[in-house]
Amino acid sequence: MEASPYLPSPEYARWRKWKSAAVTGVLVMCALAVIAPLFIIIYFLLARGYSSLDWSFFTQLPKPTGEVGGGMANAIVGTMTLLAMAAVVGVPFGVFGGIYLAEYGSDRANDWLRFAADVLNGVPSIVWGMVVYLILVVPFKTFSAYAGGVALGLIMVPLVMRTTEEVLVLVPQSYREAALALGIARWKVILVIVVRTALKGIATGVIVALARIAGETAPLLFTALGNSFWNHNLKEPISALPLQIFAYAISPYDDWHRQAWAGALVLMALILALNITVRVLSRDRQSTR
Amino acid sequence: MSILPETAQAPASVEPIRVSATPAGAPAANLPIEAEEIAFDIRNFSMWYGQRQALQDVTIKIAARKVTAIIGPSGCGKSTFIRALNRMHDLTPGTRLEGSLKHFGDDLYGPGVEAAVVRRRVGMVFQKSNPFPTMSIADNVLVGLRLNGLHDRAVLQARLEESLRMAALWDEVKDLLNRPGTSLSGGQQQRLCIARSLAVQPETLLMDEPCSALDPIATAKIEELIQTLREKYTLVIVTHNMQQAARCSDRTAFFYMGRLIEYGETRNIFTSPSNPQTEAYVSGRFG
Repeated sequence: MEASPYLPSPEYARWRKWKSAAVTGVLVMCALAVIAPLFIIIYFLLARGYSSLDWSFFTQLPKPTGEVGGGMANAIVGTMTLLAMAAVVGVPFGVFGGIYLAEYGSDRANDWLRFAADVLNGVPSIVWGMVVYLILVVPFKTFSAYAGGVALGLIMVPLVMRTTEEVLVLVPQSYREAALALGIARWKVILVIVVRTALKGIATGVIVALARIAGETAPLLFTALGNSFWNHNLKEPISALPLQIFAYAISPYDDWHRQAWAGALVLMALILALNITVRVLSRDRQSTR
Repeated sequence: MSILPETAQAPASVEPIRVSATPAGAPAANLPIEAEEIAFDIRNFSMWYGQRQALQDVTIKIAARKVTAIIGPSGCGKSTFIRALNRMHDLTPGTRLEGSLKHFGDDLYGPGVEAAVVRRRVGMVFQKSNPFPTMSIADNVLVGLRLNGLHDRAVLQARLEESLRMAALWDEVKDLLNRPGTSLSGGQQQRLCIARSLAVQPETLLMDEPCSALDPIATAKIEELIQTLREKYTLVIVTHNMQQAARCSDRTAFFYMGRLIEYGETRNIFTSPSNPQTEAYVSGRFG
């Protein structure tokens, strides 16, 4: 039987199949390279840190130099405290700023606001630390938990603002019109109907921003400073997981290196938990839409 | 082009407004001459979106407690017109208007008049049913009252049942009041939206193609509802469906290219229109 004129020659067909397989292989490798770091990080954190995790790590203060043992209880509580303070600063400004962008701002004002928010998103976090140092540390002559919380909160503001705007714009115009047609004042329509409808999306944005700042170290170096003891006064320095990890990792002691790994594992678990919360929230949102 | 030319020099707002005889040959001659209460008294009303003029010099009187249908081809300005009646354009940047628009004698666009107050008196039902997705059936009906400051539980309960009964939905949902509003069928959702509008006790209800997204059975239910609502409310309905206009309205206004071409008793508009454009449209030759 004669070969059909529409079929490629066997050599060409083989070359084409080889080419296809090669390119597919390159793409698969790129995809693996993207997710590989996550597994490498988790592997090392578990390998080095898991064995150092014990009850005392979560309950005890760091031991003085030279003594073995102790934990990071104060740093874990410190990170939670800083995150809460950052949320107090970042959420209201971010959410109300996002409401302004989505509901009130003129096109011109919004262009400038969005541009400013995008530039702020790109400001290196150490710069935030330096600025807050000048504003809240120098005048009061002390590093403080307040300064750390404000520095982290300011980093949150543009992130929360942009995600809030995005989810509010997704709320169909028909809900706004339906509510307005009932004679409801505009601010109530926005708060009770529009924001309520987008609440899960806003919460998602807030949690993403919290996950982003939970591991920030640089802005805390000049503001919260770190503390080997419990913080009893927010006007004084406070410990945080990233700061404690940093301090222990650059120390010359094996026991401290071990604890730094354990701290990194705990911090990673916290951020992973925040991200899983986001996944759950956004899955819910899709199913109700 | 003015349909009621005498209104230009008519004395401002004497209740009830008299529809006097019009010059022979004017289309408004179709209107009854007896005194009737006027819901909307609209004179020389024009509207622009930016540079584009959407309504040109519309003068019309819409009777109270009657059903007035607004018909015309797509883009003729009928939706623009009905949305002007409760100031839904306020939030659209770049709109501009001229002329006067009175609702039971009150200038809706007068200085200091609040749009929210206007909309409490002039409710609106939209083309696509839009119950609030975060709220139960009961909350959907009562949200307008609650957000306007009514919190008396007994009153709310009474108004809930009354509104759902008026919207012919009570029997279907009385055991499901705490289910989400979005769990209902399309036709039920639209009746829920009507109940929601009625709950705030407006005087007038605007309906912007209320049945165009519904199947014939759901449409028939809404049309039946329109017949019962006309006893208490002034209804203005935009519709694409000429049979619907013919079936359920008392008066019909035909809009074309932003102008009011003809306005009169529905049966006259559909059987003996005086304007050739109206005749071409209602007989299905264009649009």
